Amino acid sequence: MQRVTRSAIIDAPIERVWAVLRDFNSHDRWHPAVADSRIEGDESADQVGCVRNFHLRDGSHIREQLLTLSDDDYVSTYCILDATVPLRRYVATVTLKRITDGDRTFWHWQSTFDAPPGRERELVEMVGRNVYEAGFEGLRRYLRDGARARSPSTMMRTAADQMTTQAVVLREFGGSDRLSYQNLTVPPPGAKEVRVRQTAVGVNFIDIYIRRGEYRMVTPPAVLGMEAAGTVVDVGDDVHHLLPGDVAAYAYGVPGAYATLRTLPADQVVAVPRGVSDDTAAAILFKGLTAEYLLHRTHQVKAGEAVLVHAAAGGVGLLVCQWAKYLGARVIGTVSTDEKARVARDHGCDTPIVARDYRFAAAVKAATGGRGVDVVFDGLGTPAMEETYEALALTGHWIAYGHSAGPSSSLDPQRQAQKSLRLSRPVLFHYTSEPERLRAMAARVFDMIEQRKLRPYIGQRFTLAAAAAAHDALERRETIGSILLQA
Amino acid sequence: MIRVYTSSVIDAAAEAVWALIRDFNGLPKWHPGIAESRIEGNWPSDRVGCIRNFRLKDGGTIREQLLALSDFDLQCVYSILESPMGVENYVATLKLTPVTDGNRTFAEWSAEFDAPPSRERRLAEDIGQGVFQAGFNSLKTYFGQR
Repeated sequence: MQRVTRSAIIDAPIERVWAVLRDFNSHDRWHPAVADSRIEGDESADQVGCVRNFHLRDGSHIREQLLTLSDDDYVSTYCILDATVPLRRYVATVTLKRITDGDRTFWHWQSTFDAPPGRERELVEMVGRNVYEAGFEGLRRYLRDGARARSPSTMMRTAADQMTTQAVVLREFGGSDRLSYQNLTVPPPGAKEVRVRQTAVGVNFIDIYIRRGEYRMVTPPAVLGMEAAGTVVDVGDDVHHLLPGDVAAYAYGVPGAYATLRTLPADQVVAVPRGVSDDTAAAILFKGLTAEYLLHRTHQVKAGEAVLVHAAAGGVGLLVCQWAKYLGARVIGTVSTDEKARVARDHGCDTPIVARDYRFAAAVKAATGGRGVDVVFDGLGTPAMEETYEALALTGHWIAYGHSAGPSSSLDPQRQAQKSLRLSRPVLFHYTSEPERLRAMAARVFDMIEQRKLRPYIGQRFTLAAAAAAHDALERRETIGSILLQA
Repeated sequence: MIRVYTSSVIDAAAEAVWALIRDFNGLPKWHPGIAESRIEGNWPSDRVGCIRNFRLKDGGTIREQLLALSDFDLQCVYSILESPMGVENYVATLKLTPVTDGNRTFAEWSAEFDAPPSRERRLAEDIGQGVFQAGFNSLKTYFGQR
């Protein structure tokens, strides 16, 4: 029995390499020796048992059968059924492994077979060099040239197409009545861009600040929305971490998410792991990234710290409560109703305080033996400012990341000094501006979801056309958890 | 049970890298975090069952036992007997695979262990990056400077 082993390093993430190799009929697109290939019968090219029937450029004719395929282990095995080359009992295995150092891929290709006496060396050489080594080089070229491994569903469409989207457009700054639902054209993705068919769009308070004209991040008419999830339609050149058909999500600093389709910079879009649904991704990415930087970057929450979470039953609040609890903190939260207190408690808030009028400092002091909290996550702003100041312990950290109840909290330096307080005014998009950091943050969020340490709470769903109603509900403080628009 | 997986590519033939790392008492030669190491009871350092007792540069002492060593698979498996890290049931595998394209080495270092949930994340990072990746980085330097 002859054995041939070849291995190589491919300078692309394992998901991208596997997306090509798992398709048993893809080799005529990337292997230089393969002239044409088809799958027999009506089977799909990832169905174990399917047979690929192909010709090599030298005229050889080969039929091979897929024996195993594992998306978890990145392994496939196949054998030759018939061939005009004298390889008998040929069984080959392709194995990919992740190179965590640099996000590349190790590709191991091995086979065993019998050869006619006298021709062993020739055939071992042929398989090793003309099939495996040529294949490594062919796939590298295929990935480098930006060739797209298209899933069957996207094969019929050309990448150059303009496509039409339904979108929620802000006509001028003001109330929710300034939003209208209309058709817009979406360009094909250029270099380093990706086009996403969006199925779920997240609603965040920042959308309301922008709509009112408080954050001048758009010039009307403009589409609102910072986050969405869906399926990649097509990718431009020089995009290496996403493929058509991938489930993907983003929280991006340029508004435009309230739409069924969007083209945007690929480095702001992350692939969603298979264990996370697109609803969950859209409901949680922006808020999850916010919780990630609040708890790990703006302040590294430590076990035993007392933390105060304002709007503890809000989209960000519920995530911050769960995550802070997981990190071992003692979690105190403010909410406006008993119902919200119940939900907050169910998501890791040890001591929810119902304070519709923002009177909570006495209760916080009582809950901490008179000491106050080490850190406050303040998404409320000035109406709660005095009480927040009172609730903080000496040397505490005041993190003002939002102002849903009024203008942002600000702190007179004199008063800051009286308690040696630290004040932070973080903005998510400053933390996510570097793609590497964004990916690390998103990976941590998805990991927390997959481990069930973070449970998304989708309080209300609206259709995309009803975005105005979603804004009204959020502004009336009626909602619990995340709000989704379904596109 | 937490699993940590770190992998890298060393620009040297697998036999050369293996010759260095198969010595269970050889960590101080190539790992930046290790100050000194000895094998308990004067056992040979490639006998399965031997225990290495080593001191970290930051002062802590760790005892690890060799569970398997294969010159065929270029792989060794070991467990932690005592350490200041607060992990339990810690079993790690260090494995090399030749990369035929370029005569390099694909190196994988993985571990499974138990730890209190609040410390999992931190430990996974400390071990995956602080121990495994740091070791790979110094192997790269070691072979880059031949």
